[in-house]
Amino acid sequence: MRLIDEAALDDITLGSTIFGAGGGGDPYIGKLLARDAIRRFGPVPLVDVEEVPDDARVVFIAGMGAPGVLAEKLPRAAEYDRVLRELEAHTGEKYDYVCPAEAGGLNAVTPFATAAVVGVPVIDADGMGRAFPHLEMVTPTLYGGKATPLVMVDEHGNNMLLTCEDNAWVERIARAAVVTSGANTTLALYPMSGAEAKAWLVRGVLSAAAEVGRAIREARAEHRSAVQAVLDSQNGILLFEGKVEHVERRNEGGWTIGRAELAGLGADKGNEMVVHFQNENLMAERNGRIIATSPDLIMAMELDSGEPIPAEEIRYGFRVAVIGLPCDPHWRTPEGLELAGPRRFGYDVDFTPVEEFVR
Amino acid sequence: MSLRIGIDVGGTNTDAAVLDGDVVVAATKATTTEDVTTGILDALTDVLPAIDVAEVEAVFIGTTHFINAIAQAKGLATVAAVRIATPPQSLLPMIDWPEHLLPVIGDNFHVVRGGSQFDGRLLNDLDEEGLREVAGRIRAAGIRHVALSAVFSSVNAAPEIRAAEILEEELPEATVTRSALVGRVGLLERENATILNAALRDLADQVINGLERVVGSVGISAPILLSQNDGTVMTLERARLFPIFTIASGPTNSMRGAALLAGITDGVVIDVGGTTSDIGMLQHGFPRESTIAMSLAGVRSNFRIPDVLSLALGGGTIISDDGAKVGPESVGYRIGTEALVFGGGTTTFTDIGVAGGADPIGDPARVAGLDPALVERGLGVIRDMLVTAVDKAKLSSGEVPVIAVGGGAALLKAVGGIDGIVIPPHAGVANAVGASYAEAGGEVDSVYALEGKTRAGVLEEAKELAVARAVEAGADPERVRIIEAEEVPLTHLPGGTAVHARVKAVGPFRALKTAEGK
Repeated sequence: MRLIDEAALDDITLGSTIFGAGGGGDPYIGKLLARDAIRRFGPVPLVDVEEVPDDARVVFIAGMGAPGVLAEKLPRAAEYDRVLRELEAHTGEKYDYVCPAEAGGLNAVTPFATAAVVGVPVIDADGMGRAFPHLEMVTPTLYGGKATPLVMVDEHGNNMLLTCEDNAWVERIARAAVVTSGANTTLALYPMSGAEAKAWLVRGVLSAAAEVGRAIREARAEHRSAVQAVLDSQNGILLFEGKVEHVERRNEGGWTIGRAELAGLGADKGNEMVVHFQNENLMAERNGRIIATSPDLIMAMELDSGEPIPAEEIRYGFRVAVIGLPCDPHWRTPEGLELAGPRRFGYDVDFTPVEEFVR
Repeated sequence: MSLRIGIDVGGTNTDAAVLDGDVVVAATKATTTEDVTTGILDALTDVLPAIDVAEVEAVFIGTTHFINAIAQAKGLATVAAVRIATPPQSLLPMIDWPEHLLPVIGDNFHVVRGGSQFDGRLLNDLDEEGLREVAGRIRAAGIRHVALSAVFSSVNAAPEIRAAEILEEELPEATVTRSALVGRVGLLERENATILNAALRDLADQVINGLERVVGSVGISAPILLSQNDGTVMTLERARLFPIFTIASGPTNSMRGAALLAGITDGVVIDVGGTTSDIGMLQHGFPRESTIAMSLAGVRSNFRIPDVLSLALGGGTIISDDGAKVGPESVGYRIGTEALVFGGGTTTFTDIGVAGGADPIGDPARVAGLDPALVERGLGVIRDMLVTAVDKAKLSSGEVPVIAVGGGAALLKAVGGIDGIVIPPHAGVANAVGASYAEAGGEVDSVYALEGKTRAGVLEEAKELAVARAVEAGADPERVRIIEAEEVPLTHLPGGTAVHARVKAVGPFRALKTAEGK
């Protein structure tokens, strides 16, 4: 167990932008919400999943909405408190631990708001080890874990209890409710036992985010390469260094879809890379050969500053390092690749483990 | 003949330029003074002998008064912030402000029920009674400036307008700054700018009275216009209400001036100063704006400023003994005594530039003995820095013109290697030229729900509103034009739910119809 204070929260937030793999949403608003809760109620305990008793009750906490709306209709701690009370009222169970569904981007830090206000620890784990665009794309789905009973609340006092046939239905119904409610909702979902959390979740992801955040912060302070610091901290693989030559981007059904084409610099001079994205970066192609795909993490970082460049913002002229991080082993099972591998996103290629790439 | 005077107050220099149409007829660099107005008077005194003041049609001023006031927390009035949202709020006004500015609000913030949704529906009914109670508390605290921000007021202004009416009724002595008139989507950032604007209102009156006095004192009776962050200008009447719009006009003025001096509307601008060079992209004669939120002396705003890349490279940048290391240290304002050409002992970019063939500055004989290998190596490093930066600033891989301006622009002659570079005459006072080149503008930056509307229809609606706003700001209705228009669907919502539209319209000032605005 360790205590997450404001400084630790800053590191987790920064690291979560790397785990966003190009998506996940700007965590600034989420950080302010969690920071406010920590200021009022004190630091939040972060526990290893091994410390969680098998019969404890665990639940994911997440915000669901449009980042463009959250910036205006700001999240409130009240909903991050109430969402858990409502789930407890409906299920008659008390939840002992909360946990992020998605440690990439905004939702890496929102569970700290619930944890601080309610007074429960956060588990150092999540359901993705990165960011994904759909609510059913979490590791519990691989083992028959159910998103429901799920509670969605909004600031208007609306509470929705959902029970569904499967997790894909939850995504569809919840997304429609999000729009009707005004595109800023708070969810408690995937209630599970401590034993299930141990078997199902991606372990250590928040402390890894904190490590990445610290590595970037220290590298910047010492004028070292933030890219190298991230690679060293996470056994990452440098896939390419190059300049963005061309970007195609369109919006389809609410998702940012497209590709960025890069020309090599330095050791990669004369080589090309294409990064394909759908909200998150999902596939990297070097000189026409696929060298990395989802569910492994593919991230572009600016060469000079080490700033992670989201897929929504990458554009001509950026000089970036494209890095790959191996995904959690849960995702590398046949079930994992079916749920979140390249074919799930419409790319007709096989998954290639990113660490097999040799420059 | 009709003349325009442009004045740009920078951190070090106050530059002035007099333009007859597109022709610079007089220009000067004076030293910026702490009170700002003395520096302006010095600059005006320098250029006026060359012209007939009766022919001055307008004076355009870009000033640092207001950003200095925020940076130093000097001259700021106490403000009450009122947020119209769903109480209680967790992310309070000023949540992320630097310590030195917190006294601007103190405990004077209030949340009142109300606001709108992203699609214009009401979030809550406005709690008018609650708002009147809040007004009573503001009155009791003796506060004379209110910053009012309602959730999604840029989508549906009605709740914020109604709240402003109530506050004005209850507090007839107070000023009310309404957020939808100040900022864009993004409540915290818009509210920050609204609060700072309210805090600057008293100072704005003082500063503007001072500007009127100093310009009047030299016999000019023409209107004064102030440069805004986005390269457009506003009347003093409007500047008294919205001083916040003037705080970052410097980089914009330089880039606009570069466009006018070079006669190029699309290209890359390199503004070489004493310590840094700013590299940015011109599109349609305006700087490309940054997508990143701008910090106002540590306060996040959603104003967009020119997307410039700052390099630690200026006339005073120190070159190592072997020429292999350029900067980041600079002799800065001490260049006049420390650079070799001025009799000092430090090798600077100015020295290797002059040695490498740029027009003489100071005493060129003092750098005649510099090791040619050092000069060549240093200029090579600088060439690589600039070529890389220009490439970053460009939008696509095609060739584009490059315009060099600023006090150190002439040094780029010695650097070479930058394709298509233009160093226009009067490059050193491009910022003042840019100030005089300004037009009136209006913009729309808002979320539109698509229910019953097409994306094209929404964009048309936004264009009409932007044009109306430009005309309201003083643009000639017959010559107002759209310079930027885009609509992007909101992510994470099913397609067809809502779009974020951004449109900007500009036009020459009506009052200056006789002058040929560009």
